[in-house]
Amino acid sequence: MPTSLPPSAATEEAALHIDIDEIAKSFGGTTALLPVSLNIPSGALVALLGPSGSGKTTLLRILGGLEFPTSGRVLFNGQDATGMTVQDRRAGFVFQSYALFRHMTVFDNIAYGLRARPRGQRPPKAEIARRVTRLLDLIQLPDIAGRYPTQLSGGQRQRVALARALAIEPRMLLLDEPFGALDAKVRKELRQGLRDIHDETGLTTVFVTHDQDEAMELADLVVVMSMGRIEQIGKPQDIRAKPATPFVRDFISA
Amino acid sequence: MSDATLPRFRAATEEAPLLRAALIGIAVAGLTVLVFAPLIVVFAEALKDGWLVAVQSLGNRDARSAIHLTLLITAIAVPANAAFGIAAAWFITKFDFRGKAFLITLIDLPFSVSPVVAGLCIVLLFGANSVLGGWLVAHGWPIVFAIPGIVLATIFVTFPFVARELIPVMIEQGRAEEEAALTLGASGWRTFRTVTLPNIRWALLYGTLLCTARAMGEFGAVAVVSGKIRGQTATMPITIEMLYNEYLSVAAFSMAALLTALALVTLLLKTLLEVTHADQLAAIRRH
Repeated sequence: MPTSLPPSAATEEAALHIDIDEIAKSFGGTTALLPVSLNIPSGALVALLGPSGSGKTTLLRILGGLEFPTSGRVLFNGQDATGMTVQDRRAGFVFQSYALFRHMTVFDNIAYGLRARPRGQRPPKAEIARRVTRLLDLIQLPDIAGRYPTQLSGGQRQRVALARALAIEPRMLLLDEPFGALDAKVRKELRQGLRDIHDETGLTTVFVTHDQDEAMELADLVVVMSMGRIEQIGKPQDIRAKPATPFVRDFISA
Repeated sequence: MSDATLPRFRAATEEAPLLRAALIGIAVAGLTVLVFAPLIVVFAEALKDGWLVAVQSLGNRDARSAIHLTLLITAIAVPANAAFGIAAAWFITKFDFRGKAFLITLIDLPFSVSPVVAGLCIVLLFGANSVLGGWLVAHGWPIVFAIPGIVLATIFVTFPFVARELIPVMIEQGRAEEEAALTLGASGWRTFRTVTLPNIRWALLYGTLLCTARAMGEFGAVAVVSGKIRGQTATMPITIEMLYNEYLSVAAFSMAALLTALALVTLLLKTLLEVTHADQLAAIRRH
């Protein structure tokens, strides 16, 4: 792994710590999330683990500013960020199907966030090119800048999505089922890739998964969710040793 | 070893040769009678006294006014409906709200309502005898029997074309790319301009071209609201009808041929763009 990373928020200030305070969310009549609370320490790599419909993706989207909670508060570094716009949050978000811009090359995809900045903060062209090149090195795909997303494999797309999210110098990294669409072998490789990138950037990272192996192997802290509530929060080994509820026991032994 | 010993199996979706020939025959016959023959007849009738006569018949003041009017109406109605269509499709596909199904039905309304009825509604709403129409006329803004009425009627009739092309494409593409752009710091407008619009451009183009062809050709609704004032509110289709009723068949068919040619040009344009941008089209569809 190259060590020349884009200057991330982590290198300038302490990584973000996130407090989720009694967050609840309902869509129309259906409740997606009962009031849940969770503290995510600065620089942690956290897995939201649960079956589909457990509310884990809703929680992630609330952190990213793509959904707003029905009640409760989100605090970034102790400051209320509940109503903060998605743009202001500067969350590097990796979507489940990657959501790469299909009509743009890999280069333009990664440069998108930098070019979208207001004129005063926008880096000059050469600087954008340099950063994109550096990110392509970081994801170990230096030669694909000119390709379109359709010309990439699933694993390559995932890494490009990660590079695109990192390009904006995010304050946190949020990933929705980052390995969901990949075959088993690629999945294993990219797990280590995510761990490496997390360790190098020091970014507070939250990822959603329904795969308990993935959560246990990768995360510092695992949050087990079911039916819109948090069943257990703990280190992987603690959850394995002492499942707090019958649901957790069943789910991690599955 | 001869292949004769092996029975030849037909693919599951392949029909028997006889049936195949019959189906193709029906299709070709249908196309010939319904599409090709009329097309040929229009041009043959227009040119039966030679090019010169046909072109001259399009050169007089009233004919030129009809052509100008039709192009003007199209130039107003098509961009308006492109804008409405994008807005409606955007609203329907990117947001969840009550009454969505109702709104989709409403967009289809112009397809199910007879254009003549639509024209009559405009006359009732904006005619000199209505409250609104009376006020507008008094202030020097006549709608009915004037160009604004024709524009309204054309917009109404061609309203669904763009929206109907865009809605399925935008539903299929989902919201993820827009959400990605927002998380990367782009404003709503920038997201629309740099992500949504490029993704729907082909559907938009297709809808716009269909809308253009229809806007130029609209007769029923326009006939009711235009008043058919020669040289002022007579569009090309209306002029064609008037000339035909006056037994000026060369003049009528010359204008009909021109109208047909304009429609063919739009279709040709579409095909040309599809050929020259085939790779981009494929890239978008494959995704």
